[in-house]
Amino acid sequence: MDAVLTGSAPPRKEEWALPDRGTMGIIFLIVTETALFTIFVVAYVVYIGKSLSGPFPKDVLDLPIVASICLLSSSATIVFAEMALKKHRLGLFKLWWLATILLGLEFLISTGLEWQKLIYEDHLTVSTNLFGTTFYSLVGLHASHVIVGMAFLILVMLVTLFGFPIETQERRVKFLSWYWHFVDAVWVVVFTVVYVIGR
Amino acid sequence: MSSIQSELDRPPVEEARFSFSNHLYEWVSTVDHKRLGLMYIVTALLFLVIAGIMATVIRLQLAFPNGHVVDPDTFNRLFTMHGTTMVFLVGMPFVAGLSNYLVPLMIGARDMAFPRLNAFGFWIFLFGGFLLYFSYIGGSGLSGAGSAPDVGWFAYAPLTSRAFSRGASTDYWILGILVAGIGSIASAINVIVTTISMRCPGMTLSRMPMFVWVMLIDSWLIIIALPPLSAAQIMLLVDRFLGGNFFNTQSGGSAVLWQHFFWIFGHPEVYILIFPAFAILSEVIPIFSRKPIFGRPAMVGAVASIGFISLGVWAHHMFAVGMTSWSNTFFTASTMLVGIPTGIKIFNWTATMYGGKLRMATPMLFCCAFLFQFLIAGLTGIMLATGPFDWQLHDSYFVVGHFHFTLVAGLVFGLFAGLYYWFPKVSGRMYNESLGKWHFWLFIIGVELTFVPMHFLGFLGMPRRIYTYAPDRGWNFWNLLATSGLIFQLPATLIFVWNMVHSAIKGEVAGDDPWDAWTLEWTTTSPPPEYNFETTPEVRSSRPLWDIKNPNDPDWRFE
Repeated sequence: MDAVLTGSAPPRKEEWALPDRGTMGIIFLIVTETALFTIFVVAYVVYIGKSLSGPFPKDVLDLPIVASICLLSSSATIVFAEMALKKHRLGLFKLWWLATILLGLEFLISTGLEWQKLIYEDHLTVSTNLFGTTFYSLVGLHASHVIVGMAFLILVMLVTLFGFPIETQERRVKFLSWYWHFVDAVWVVVFTVVYVIGR
Repeated sequence: MSSIQSELDRPPVEEARFSFSNHLYEWVSTVDHKRLGLMYIVTALLFLVIAGIMATVIRLQLAFPNGHVVDPDTFNRLFTMHGTTMVFLVGMPFVAGLSNYLVPLMIGARDMAFPRLNAFGFWIFLFGGFLLYFSYIGGSGLSGAGSAPDVGWFAYAPLTSRAFSRGASTDYWILGILVAGIGSIASAINVIVTTISMRCPGMTLSRMPMFVWVMLIDSWLIIIALPPLSAAQIMLLVDRFLGGNFFNTQSGGSAVLWQHFFWIFGHPEVYILIFPAFAILSEVIPIFSRKPIFGRPAMVGAVASIGFISLGVWAHHMFAVGMTSWSNTFFTASTMLVGIPTGIKIFNWTATMYGGKLRMATPMLFCCAFLFQFLIAGLTGIMLATGPFDWQLHDSYFVVGHFHFTLVAGLVFGLFAGLYYWFPKVSGRMYNESLGKWHFWLFIIGVELTFVPMHFLGFLGMPRRIYTYAPDRGWNFWNLLATSGLIFQLPATLIFVWNMVHSAIKGEVAGDDPWDAWTLEWTTTSPPPEYNFETTPEVRSSRPLWDIKNPNDPDWRFE
């Protein structure tokens, strides 16, 4: 069929190479997730200062400095893990991967503690006022993405510990790392909107 | 080694001649893009029949003043389910089904980029559809009120709040559409990645068939525009189940925000729905005019610019809500802007036909009708885009007439053109041409009779979604005329179904390339084998099959 289709055409000079489908898949997944988050961020921004009753953000919100540093630095540790994997230094990979998991875990725990304080001490729930509704929805949507990322991070850790040759899955580790970077980038936006502008 | 050899030597197991469970298993477990595409299209056709029956009942109710065919609550459920079904369970699966079946064949690929994701997308979509229709059984919920959703297809707040929508029917609307939307996004990502990463050697973007181009941009619109709806629906769920205040005006929330979020999705959605028709016309018109498409780069540019401009026009659905005059002006202007690329497309299709050797087979007839009817639909769209004009006719039957002209006289005509055009490829057999012509003429008479009077009803002040009307309003004649269109549409549809089913079994064998076409799907057998192509094709121009048929005058000399 090759010869038939091209007929007497001169042979192709250039190599035929198209982008990797996995790479494209994760990119467009991130695009569509961005659209989802945009609407939640817009809803939060629209409703800043529109709550009719307290508690208000400036009274109850504390800057989650430590948690933010942890989450953002986990973006660095996952890159170090990737680089270690590329050099086939498996011990180093496991170490950095574990560090990423622990940093992510610390972020989730401090979010949980923050919510506990807000609910039990400040009596702010999702139905209290507009701030509660938008706050728990936006931060909760982000946290649920962190949880999904964590699940995959832990999965990779477990299979590696049980002896699966993770170095054969460099591509997939890269995709997971991109997703993790995306979750971190979203946190920068959420932090700015909720804790800086919104306060 | 010897055990492997003995396995190889073992004669193949005799297959049962026909086993229903085997066939069912094959279809349910398939990841083949052609089977999934067919399943999407058949599902869409089934839902089209269901929603069409609902429309029939609606028209019967409105045929005469003071009608009592159904009671008012049922009427509300009917127009809600009719609209929701047509948009989410007919239009969207047609997008997914057509692109699934045709995109890999047209770009010379073995399958989609992610076949299993493809199967997941179909089944989750079907589950969403079932969930929506399960509301007829389970919608009463524990409180015992309500059955199917009755909040309209755009489900404006605060009608959807717990206080005004009791029972679970609105929740079924939210969850069914949310779940079906996941399927649409999965399928759209798949189409985009397939188009980017799976093209056969030589198939550069500038040689890619127009159909694939349009579906690529269509999928782009889906992944950008559908998440806003999902986000808004998640917020509505928070409101309904957790007592949130997103759309609760008593706590400072805004009902208008729902309208914004809904139409940020909703307006691109109408382009998502009409794009398959654009895609089909861009393939069918050149083949039946025996000319390559006129102004190909302009065509691609026009589709791409619609893909961006349509993201910034949503509030033209909300002129009557009381926005600032600056917003009204902006959205009037941006909406008018869409008229330019759409006009380019109409001109280019017409210019493709100009001077061509026209073959008026059924697909081409539907395309010609599309051009006229879509032009009228576009012009009424420009009328409605003008803020002050919209204030007069907002939520009137003029709007109903306008969007039914785009979606029925436009999209459905385009879809019929595509179904007839690719029927020989899919089934391996030819449809009956004279039945196809009967279908066309009956259907076009019925559609004009039904939807043209709606414009006049709008001018005469008839609001949309009313249950019935008094006899002294001057609406009697036009309403009866609109309903009388059914007399032509129903037999036309029956002829279409009969033609498809009968020809698929008993029709003449069509051969690989009955239309003397130019794109890759016609190089393989009809129906295509599971592996699509024996060897990976290699192309040199945008009309690879033309190059084979005309070795002395191939297209690649001019590229």
